[in-house]
Amino acid sequence: MVSATTAAAVDRVRKRIETEGILAIRGIRKEFPGVLALDDVQLKIRPGTVHALMGENGAGKSTLMKIIAGIYQPDAGEILLRGEPVTLKSPLDALEQGISMIHQELALMSWMTVAENIWIRREPKNAFGLIDHGRMARQTQELFDRLNIRLDPLAQVSELTVAQKQMVEIAKAVSHNSDVLIMDEPTSAITETEVEHLFTIIRDLRARGVGIVYITHKMNELFEIADEFTVFRDGRYVGTHNAADVNRDDIIRMMVGREITDMFPKVDCPIGDVVLEVQNLTIPGVFHDVSFQLRQGEILGLAGLVGSKRSNVAEAIFGVAPASSGEILIDGLPVQITSPKVAMQHGMAFLTEDRKETGCFLMLDCLENIQTALITRSHVRAGFIDQKTVTRLAEEMAAKLRVKTPNLAEKVENLSGGNQQKLLIARWLLTKPRILILDEPTRGIDVGAKSEIHRLITGLAAEGVAILMISSELPEVLGMSDRIMVMHEGHVSGFLDRSEADQVKIMDLAAR
Amino acid sequence: MTTATTQPAKPPRRLPQEANILMVLIGISVVFEILGWITQGQSFLGNPQRLSIMILQVSVIGIIAIGVTQVIILGGIDLSSGSVVGATAMISMSLAQAGSFDRAIYPGLTDLPVIVPVIVGLLVGLLAGMVNGALIAYTKIPPFIATLGMMVAARGFAKWYTKGQPISFPTDSFAALGKGMTPVFIFLLVAAVFHVALKYTRYGKYTYAIGANPQAARVSGINVEQHIVKIYAVAGLLSALAGIVVTARGLTAQAGMGVMYELDAIAMAVIGGVSLSGGRGTILGTMIGMVIFGVIISGFTFLRLDAYYQEMIKGAIIVAAVVADVHRQKKRVKKA
Ligand SMILES: Nc1ncnc2c1ncn2[C@@H]1O[C@H](COP(=O)(O)OP(=O)(O)OP(=O)(O)O)[C@@H](O)[C@H]1O
Ligand SMILES: [Mg+2]
Repeated sequence: MVSATTAAAVDRVRKRIETEGILAIRGIRKEFPGVLALDDVQLKIRPGTVHALMGENGAGKSTLMKIIAGIYQPDAGEILLRGEPVTLKSPLDALEQGISMIHQELALMSWMTVAENIWIRREPKNAFGLIDHGRMARQTQELFDRLNIRLDPLAQVSELTVAQKQMVEIAKAVSHNSDVLIMDEPTSAITETEVEHLFTIIRDLRARGVGIVYITHKMNELFEIADEFTVFRDGRYVGTHNAADVNRDDIIRMMVGREITDMFPKVDCPIGDVVLEVQNLTIPGVFHDVSFQLRQGEILGLAGLVGSKRSNVAEAIFGVAPASSGEILIDGLPVQITSPKVAMQHGMAFLTEDRKETGCFLMLDCLENIQTALITRSHVRAGFIDQKTVTRLAEEMAAKLRVKTPNLAEKVENLSGGNQQKLLIARWLLTKPRILILDEPTRGIDVGAKSEIHRLITGLAAEGVAILMISSELPEVLGMSDRIMVMHEGHVSGFLDRSEADQVKIMDLAAR
Repeated sequence: MTTATTQPAKPPRRLPQEANILMVLIGISVVFEILGWITQGQSFLGNPQRLSIMILQVSVIGIIAIGVTQVIILGGIDLSSGSVVGATAMISMSLAQAGSFDRAIYPGLTDLPVIVPVIVGLLVGLLAGMVNGALIAYTKIPPFIATLGMMVAARGFAKWYTKGQPISFPTDSFAALGKGMTPVFIFLLVAAVFHVALKYTRYGKYTYAIGANPQAARVSGINVEQHIVKIYAVAGLLSALAGIVVTARGLTAQAGMGVMYELDAIAMAVIGGVSLSGGRGTILGTMIGMVIFGVIISGFTFLRLDAYYQEMIKGAIIVAAVVADVHRQKKRVKKA
């Protein structure tokens, strides 16, 4: 039995949600020292829709999401949840009000199990008030079954791959059964097949009336999954539209305020002698008999699914975790690459996959982050760093890549995710490598900067640099590579020439 | 529905971490046993009296180590335990004096029921711990500095309290807290409580979560600051308990009591596999670390070897324990 007044109240709330959406943001402003991250922005999320939030690196997307998730407090503006103004003072507040979030930077507790990570603060208890680990594992298994995720609930998170961690984060966010689910670049660490998996989950949530905010830099995803989208530029609101009403160029124009014509500015350049040759490289149980040649001026794309061990091959070549058997030849001569230092002496550079774990020094400033690789090789005289030159070079490179920061003295921790990635690219480009290994070079980078980085990569190839590029974004692999090597579960499953390659052939080889 | 694409993680069921440390303990014991037969012509382990003295010797610091273990799992460190022992010993003893003694500190407050010095002592430790925790959580100063400050200040307090004079002659009921095997029982009780708390309650899960990734803990809805205060408060409380037990056993309190206890407690935890980078460790591990400590001390006495060797070996074992931990961590990272 529902009393008349309750029914009326429910009705009022329903009406308000219809007009205001499940979540409405108005006039939000947020300032950090030296940066106005958000200035009078608005956003309205309707239940049962996927709302994409678009904008360049540093546009303020993550900042707004963190405000909605209770991590930052806005300087001005209001948040309406189910039509009612709310203040979200802490992440707990937001979670309890039905807002959960998948963070741009992975946020899991590495030394705990998958189940413990998912149910933290909500652990099931037994009759004695103690945590019931058995039930927690079963609950996790049920959640995974529902989401079709195949992971051991009792595995330790520290032992999962980045993509598996991402799936855990997704499951954790879903497990809150929130009305509003925020996903900040959920696909930046996973491959196409898993993206499909995620989209299935999203569609299911949408059908159940959840309002989803989806942040991505991948345009094709926007058209595949989003119903509406909102664009921010430099911390300001630009506009909201139905995804069906616009095309890709319209969105890019809204985002960057100018035209970007050529996404993959690949120029044909002469391909020279073999610089790097790898023969039967093996780490038992990880990858086996990997052989390939890389020539001067060539871009060799390396495609494959998660678990194909592409990154492990790159790490072996760069000496991070040397292979146990097989040979590496540089300029036709066999070399022993026992550490990254040796690799750098041979003119190699390696942009790693996980910027937070193996890339950035988060506590240091931008300049220090850019110069670390350079000063191990040059610009040091009698033990002293030639700081003036190094600073100039760093500033030039940062400007070229359009790193958005008040100045290079800013702590890297405070930069937006995409701008951190740009800093790392700057770090390696400064060393003027002969062999450049890039592992997901444009992860989390906006369209404008992406084409800029692609232009730089092709430019380097034209100058004769040999480039090995791992990427999970098939358009990027197809657009940039001269040749494509595909791996499947630690084995090379085939090579494709630029002329013959297409998405279907790559996926065929990758999935077998 | 697409087929599940995430590779199932192979269940990495391996021996519990404590197994390694237990092996070390067994190894060391066997060495003493063999040396015992060779040099002394008698068994080291086959002497129950020696074993009970051995446990008694380490159980007071063991109580501290239970608190310190939690602080380290949380990603912190507590240097103030030994000084808190000193301060608590002085205060509780001054409230535990027998009326038959004519030079009591508070002549009007003699022959109090035992609960009074115990509660007051515990409150002193709790307060010291809360100050530590609040400084760390809310002013964001490093735990090393905050607790270093407390270490110096609490020691200063202990000396100031009687201007350096020792305090003696407790009531029989207070002295009973340190008599015979009572300290061991108190230790076991404390260890059991916190073993359960760390493993089977949210209190424990929060501690591990904050140690592993404070940011992740925060966005999971945990009140990180509040929990940090709680853990340091518990560490202070347990230091105070150790202070009460040690002074009851010694029948006297001195301002210099508990010097270096904090380092021994940290060492026990570290030997027991508690990682100084936070997020990992167990009460069981620390208990084994504590027994290793005890075995070394009584083993050297048993072999009639110089105490100097004892310290050197202890030092080497602490370093070896950390090396082993770092090694384990590296291996895991490689596998991932
Ligand atoms: N804690 C902070 N302290 C100082 N500045 C910050 C902080 N967080 C964000 N900023 C700044 O605010 C701006 C917006 O950052 P935000 O992370 O919201 O960008 P974003 O749109 O998510 O970009 P990306 O696509 O690269 O993730 C950036 O200029 C960033 O440097
Ligand atoms: Mg962002």
